[in-house]
Amino acid sequence: MSKRIEVNDLNVYYGKFKAVEDVSLTIEPRTVTAFIGPSGCGKSTFLRTLNRMHEVIPGAYVEGDVLIDGNNLYGQGVDPVLVRRQVGMVFQRPNPFPTMSIKDNVLAGVKLNNRRMSKNDADDLAERSLRGANLWNEVKDRLDKPGSGLSGGQQQRLCIARAIAVQPDVVLMDEPCSALDPISTLAIEDLIEELKQDYTIVIVTHNMQQASRVSDRTAFFNIAGTGKPGKLIEYDDTDTIFSKPSVQATEDYVSGRFG
Amino acid sequence: MTAVAKTPTAIKAKQRPGDRVFSASTVFAGSLILVILAAVALFLIAQSVPAFAADPADIVGGEGFWSYVAPLAFGTVWGAIIALAIAVPLSIGIALFISHYAPRRLASPLGYVIDLLAAVPSVVYGLWGIGVLAPAVVPFYLWLTENLGWFPLFSGPVSGTGRTILTVAVVLAVMILPIITALSREIFLQTPRLHEEAALALGATRWEMIRIAVLPFGRPGIVSASMLGLGRALGETMAVAIILSPAAIVKFALLQQQNPNTIAANIALSFPESFGLGTNTLIASGLMLFVITLVVNSIARYIVNRRKAFSGAN
Repeated sequence: MSKRIEVNDLNVYYGKFKAVEDVSLTIEPRTVTAFIGPSGCGKSTFLRTLNRMHEVIPGAYVEGDVLIDGNNLYGQGVDPVLVRRQVGMVFQRPNPFPTMSIKDNVLAGVKLNNRRMSKNDADDLAERSLRGANLWNEVKDRLDKPGSGLSGGQQQRLCIARAIAVQPDVVLMDEPCSALDPISTLAIEDLIEELKQDYTIVIVTHNMQQASRVSDRTAFFNIAGTGKPGKLIEYDDTDTIFSKPSVQATEDYVSGRFG
Repeated sequence: MTAVAKTPTAIKAKQRPGDRVFSASTVFAGSLILVILAAVALFLIAQSVPAFAADPADIVGGEGFWSYVAPLAFGTVWGAIIALAIAVPLSIGIALFISHYAPRRLASPLGYVIDLLAAVPSVVYGLWGIGVLAPAVVPFYLWLTENLGWFPLFSGPVSGTGRTILTVAVVLAVMILPIITALSREIFLQTPRLHEEAALALGATRWEMIRIAVLPFGRPGIVSASMLGLGRALGETMAVAIILSPAAIVKFALLQQQNPNTIAANIALSFPESFGLGTNTLIASGLMLFVITLVVNSIARYIVNRRKAFSGAN
């Protein structure tokens, strides 16, 4: 299920403003890759170009290629809707659909793809996805209750269950723990470790300890100043980035001298 | 542990003048609405009693109050329901177009135009209905009876003037369209961006995003907006009085010459020439309209509250 992502010379624009400049990197299957960097450096913007979610913002467009197992996401005639079914996403704040029950939330994406599903299959898939997100034991007795009744950490795991229920190739996470308490954060981090067995995971985080705990590879983004585009400064194994980075700016950032 | 247990006294918050003034004025405003409602209800009930108590033979029609008011109540509800059936889907469509489909340059002028529709006096709608719409729809009505006449609602013979309950309902629908559209648009615009993005990130198309994120979120708002519209349709007087050619009957057919009248229009038409018991009867029919509106609103509130846990308000 998991796939390799290759990005070549990608520029991202919001209208005339160039938000991210000239990023090239390769993400291997079944790894966790963390994007770190100061606020506004374009890491979330770049993450969103990996499933074309940046297009939700009017005027946003990219130059360059994003290849998932060799298929260009920005090729002629590629439907962004189908891209997003392959590349799932978890957001900064937990966002289960408030009008749906826990079970319907998990199945929301699947129902879009495949309307006719027997009740047994639906139940199995909901259980599998919730188990996959380490949430099954907490919610198995209240699958028909609204998802908004769960705690923040549970809601975020519900969103992860919803994302993996459609069996994507890649799961993108945009600061998934920034609205959560430490215990819930730990639960999500453990989950990321398990999900790595099956999925390629890309995570944006402000928390450098988190990056060093969960990721195999780390990409450091930075901007020269406000109004300038964000750039990929260094991309290497997480151990290397945090112990002996090759660029001074990276070392300054990971050692807490700025950012 | 040996000390005598003191009775705990509640800690009192300091009373500030600003808080007091503000809370007193909200209490006043809140109770005023109840007082006004009670005053209207009392007036209606007091004036209606003679009509309820009267000998059935003395009531207009000679068969008592209930058989007098039943066709009127039916006409009121029937006309309003058809109007709502026309207006609600259309309003939701317009509201979604403005909130999610139209380019911004087009969206706000369109919103203004819709609001403008609400500012047209109902007598103007009535004149438009009888002068323009009624003659214009006759050929269409003829076509309906010819091709769909087997369906009881569209059975003939068609009214030659077009002044039927369906024409009234269309005019009522145009009148309630702006209020439902405006409120729905507001609520659709408030759909949390997070939920819309959640749907899109799952691979939803724009319509699927609207179906799983926007419409469920807006549902209570749509129900409330429809109820406001329904209230206006139930109580609308001038437009109905001008357009409809009424009869004291209960009939579902939409296109025929004889149509059930509505309570409000009947009061408006009959009140100037009424006296004594006739006036009481009309006011009693007004009381019925009051009750109908109350019941309809309670049902709507019940529907909204039933799924409160899923409303997204928490």
